[in-house]
Amino acid sequence: MPVNTLTLIGSAAAIMTAGAVALLNWTDGPKHSQARTPAAITVAAAPGLFSHAEPGEFLMNERPVPAPRKRVAISQPLEIMKYQVSLDEYERCVSLGACEAADAEGSGDVPVTGVSYLDAEAYARWYSEATGETWRLPTDEEWAHAASERFRSDIEPLEQDAQNPARAWLSSYQREVDLERKADPVPRSRGSFGVNSKGVADIAGNVWEWTSTCYARVTMAADGKAAETSIENCGVHVVEGFHRTYMSNFIRDGKSGGCAVGLPPDNLGFRLVRERPAAMTIADFQAQIRRLRREMFGA
Amino acid sequence: MFTRREALIGAVVAAAAAAAIPAFAAQAQTADIAALPRQKVSLVAPPFVHEHDQVANGGPKVVEFTMKIEEKPIVIDDEGTTLRGMTFNGSIPGPMMVVHEGDYLELTLVNPETNEMPHNIDFHAATGALGGGALTHVNPGEQVTLRFKATRTGTFVYHCAPEGMIPWHVVSGMSGTVMVLPREGLKNEKGEPVRYDKIFYVGENEFYIPRDENGKYKKYESLGESYDDTLKVMRGLIPTHVVFNGKVGSLTGKNAMTAKVGETVMIVHSQANRDTRPHLIGGHGDYVWEEGKFANPPAKDLETWFIRGGSAGAALYTFLQPGVYAYVNHNLIEAVELGATAHFTVEGEWNDDLMKQVDAPRPIPMN
Ligand SMILES: [Cu+2]
Repeated sequence: MPVNTLTLIGSAAAIMTAGAVALLNWTDGPKHSQARTPAAITVAAAPGLFSHAEPGEFLMNERPVPAPRKRVAISQPLEIMKYQVSLDEYERCVSLGACEAADAEGSGDVPVTGVSYLDAEAYARWYSEATGETWRLPTDEEWAHAASERFRSDIEPLEQDAQNPARAWLSSYQREVDLERKADPVPRSRGSFGVNSKGVADIAGNVWEWTSTCYARVTMAADGKAAETSIENCGVHVVEGFHRTYMSNFIRDGKSGGCAVGLPPDNLGFRLVRERPAAMTIADFQAQIRRLRREMFGA
Repeated sequence: MFTRREALIGAVVAAAAAAAIPAFAAQAQTADIAALPRQKVSLVAPPFVHEHDQVANGGPKVVEFTMKIEEKPIVIDDEGTTLRGMTFNGSIPGPMMVVHEGDYLELTLVNPETNEMPHNIDFHAATGALGGGALTHVNPGEQVTLRFKATRTGTFVYHCAPEGMIPWHVVSGMSGTVMVLPREGLKNEKGEPVRYDKIFYVGENEFYIPRDENGKYKKYESLGESYDDTLKVMRGLIPTHVVFNGKVGSLTGKNAMTAKVGETVMIVHSQANRDTRPHLIGGHGDYVWEEGKFANPPAKDLETWFIRGGSAGAALYTFLQPGVYAYVNHNLIEAVELGATAHFTVEGEWNDDLMKQVDAPRPIPMN
């Protein structure tokens, strides 16, 4: 069964965690019918270093400036769900009274959509309890790391003119037009958008994902490197997908409205990362799985 | 061959003519009209308007237009919601026809055999015969030509008006605009000439798309199948979509309207069925003919203007500041949630005197 065929391949390893084992064994017979909540398939993205445009709005000398880039180091393997949380998975939380019903679209093995940041947080809480593990939304940096070559930061204006603020508005409007992204509102079955180089599925498809990173407005110091002041607004969180954008915590439909200028997310969903207690080697991890399996099934 | 239908329509024409004008006068006028110069105009789809002179060049003429009626499914939003559309010339709204006061507008209306429905046209700019509706009833496979004299200036709605089904045809897309310009061009309230550098034609429509038991918009295989359900939604008077130019987002993104600082833009706004209130966010209406009729002096410096359902209005604005402007129906629920939003992108130099961000957003000082 899955554990035997488990392969850990360098940077991108598909891992079935203990809960998934429970699910697969459930079909063996009625004695396991009270199986625990199935854990999601995850991918372990190897540690890495990358240059990252910071999220938020940045000002220098009273003018908007492009987001500063910084070196981000992910020092431990990042264990992130390979797929976005599915409608079925989410429904389980709803049926147990721990989540509010989503304004979901589509059916079958589709990602849950029509969920707010608050819904995603509720799911993470419930899922952590149900699995006995710590699951949470990824930060912006973690998401960018997992998204790898499919990551796209904010659609920033190509032009900034201190004398003419309209240059920025017009050039970012034009950039969005040039991206020629057509609305694509119907969620597709999970995996439809393929996997990226890290083995993570459906990055930058038609479901944008909530992160745990708050929106911030940052005034840069004169050197353009350090923040002079930074005001965080955690009523708004970073949302990632085809592009990075920001949404109020209670929003479930990112495309509501066509008035505001800006590329709206087709759908809002999420995936979680599994918090690992401390740096764990692959050998440790395999040992843990063996232990869990023993505990649960006496195998 | 002389079919019963042709005979019937012929009889109606004769009756209407006889009722409207004495025979002698009619003959004399017909001879006069035959002597007038004729001009054939090719229509263009909105938001654009066919080329035209603002000040009439020469005397009255007969201006010929042809429109083909197209019944077709039309996707009206990003979710793929489909309207069983009925259109003049394939677009919602139908194209704008521009003539001058005293000209004769002559329209040939073609209803191809592939269509399901009979149609006609009621010109609010025309006088008599239900605006021409009584003389233009065409079944699939027929065409008709109507001429009317443009006796009043202004922007006027036209729409389909088949007996018993008028509102359905109108809210399925069959409306458009005629603009009759004064021969000497537009004037402001002091009688001074005003001109536009550009004209855009925004037709606003509201749609009533039926939903299934799960709340999803229904799709229909034919117009006939959609009729009963659609009528039920229409009777509730709550539209599911309120859009410009036939579709949510038809005038945004790569289809946004464009202008330059210093350019004077005429925006004609028509709504054949329901009241609306255009507003240019960040701009104004320098001169606005709210009712659309140029014999009345324009209102000045409006923030929002009112377009009565069943009319078209005209607003003139000279852009003073560059940027991205939203042009909306200022019932903002209809603009933002139901679709009635367009954009203008305007290039040019920023004017700090008109507006300046004195202090960028920053933490509130504490002391
Ligand atoms: Cu009709």
